[in-house]
Amino acid sequence: MRPFTYERATDPRAAVAAVSRTGAKFISGGTNLLDLMKLDIEQPSHLVDISRLPLKNIEELPEGGIRIGAQAANSDVAADRRVRTRYPVLSEALVAGASGQLRNMASIGGNLLQRTRCPYFYDTAAACNKRVPGSGCAALDGFNRVHAILGASDACIAVHPSDMAVAMTALEAEIELLGDQGARRVAIDDFYRLPGDTPHIETVLQPGEMITGVILPAPPPGRQGYRKVRDRASYAFALVSVAAVVAAERGTITAARVAFGGVAHKPWRSVEAERILTGQPATMANFRAAAEAAMAQAVGRGHNDFKIELAKRTLCRSLAQLAGELRRQL
Amino acid sequence: MAVSSNDVKMKSAGIGIALTVNGRAHRLELDPRTSLLDALRELLHLTGAKKGCDHGQCGACTVLVNGRRINSCLTLAVMHEDDDIVTIEGLGKPEALHPLQAAFVERDAFQCGYCTPGQICSAIGMLAEARAGWPSHATVDVAAEGTTLTGAEIRERMSGNICRCAAYPNIVAAIRDIVEGVHR
Repeated sequence: MRPFTYERATDPRAAVAAVSRTGAKFISGGTNLLDLMKLDIEQPSHLVDISRLPLKNIEELPEGGIRIGAQAANSDVAADRRVRTRYPVLSEALVAGASGQLRNMASIGGNLLQRTRCPYFYDTAAACNKRVPGSGCAALDGFNRVHAILGASDACIAVHPSDMAVAMTALEAEIELLGDQGARRVAIDDFYRLPGDTPHIETVLQPGEMITGVILPAPPPGRQGYRKVRDRASYAFALVSVAAVVAAERGTITAARVAFGGVAHKPWRSVEAERILTGQPATMANFRAAAEAAMAQAVGRGHNDFKIELAKRTLCRSLAQLAGELRRQL
Repeated sequence: MAVSSNDVKMKSAGIGIALTVNGRAHRLELDPRTSLLDALRELLHLTGAKKGCDHGQCGACTVLVNGRRINSCLTLAVMHEDDDIVTIEGLGKPEALHPLQAAFVERDAFQCGYCTPGQICSAIGMLAEARAGWPSHATVDVAAEGTTLTGAEIRERMSGNICRCAAYPNIVAAIRDIVEGVHR
């Protein structure tokens, strides 16, 4: 690992000031950053430790939402009673990710900012526009089974690995940022960027800006669920995942939220599927129509062609389960 | 807390930190790159925690920090000043085993033993998480109160610890013995 200097930030403003120096990066849980530093992929010359900043609380907001401090551990958020009862899709997504040890280490801000990546990003002998801009993409014609089917470009077909961020996308979370110009909020769907021809820039975070918290608006009406499909039963990234929220009255869907994981460079909200579902009977034919709409623009690259059908079926299964739970509730 | 006499220095010394391991305070001077795992093994000679993958994938390096299980390979020692760190060496001694250590011996929950310190530290952290009512991916309703550690729950919650010898059935049996109060 390359040498670096280290300092521990004492308050958020000081942290933002400290990270302004060239080559500086924040470190929080460290689970992604140190992994990549050991492989010489991330090369910071200075680390600003923000893990002890007083940003760990989960607070209720007057309008019925909650604010999650960016330094809260993934495990603490997953276990929080308010999250489990009012935002179960978020709790389910969190416990579907990583391992018990990693969830105890990783912060909410760090989970959001883990690198969008693929095996060629890790392989320093391979071309990767994300690791070395302009070097090419070895995944395009390589082993691309785990890669993106939506929103990709000729420069990058990596997928965002977070489960948590998929649930937050379905919940229309806002990311709270602090920079030397002050604080601002960004909707999570606008926070992440598609790769385009600059896949090394993954978010709209400005240099020196820090995530201080995540705002969840009051829970949307209906049943929530997170469904993850992967190569082994635990401790693996999603091939495809779905975060869904469905409300229905007398068998007719009154509101729906749909977001996919494992399919794109960012968590993939499908307003197309939501539009098809809303106002329609909760039937498998309509679930399938929503799935077709969600994947209308999907493009496979060979090995990952199966993901298109898998994503459709995963959405249908998720919607059927939630609709079934709604019927049993009556 | 009193600083022990066994102060340790690394050659390319950088930062001086206080580290509390198994109830004992140490003063270390180390390169900021030193992982907590390397500090434990190479500077404090606590070689129970193992370096398997060094990337947080195998769990052999699992230790308890402030009562919580973490991968000591994916964190910097300098980040743990004033934390309460417990390694396998702090849990029991050959003549006075921790109940989980005794259960692992009784159930033959290992073959080569390389992953065992990590498995045991992880299981201790996992049992505390379950007592606190934390849900897991194996939990049917994450909003429900309380946790019953079924075999499926134990396997899911222990998935961050790999055993290359595949002693998994006996590891689960050893942990179940603790859950069911066979060892106290």
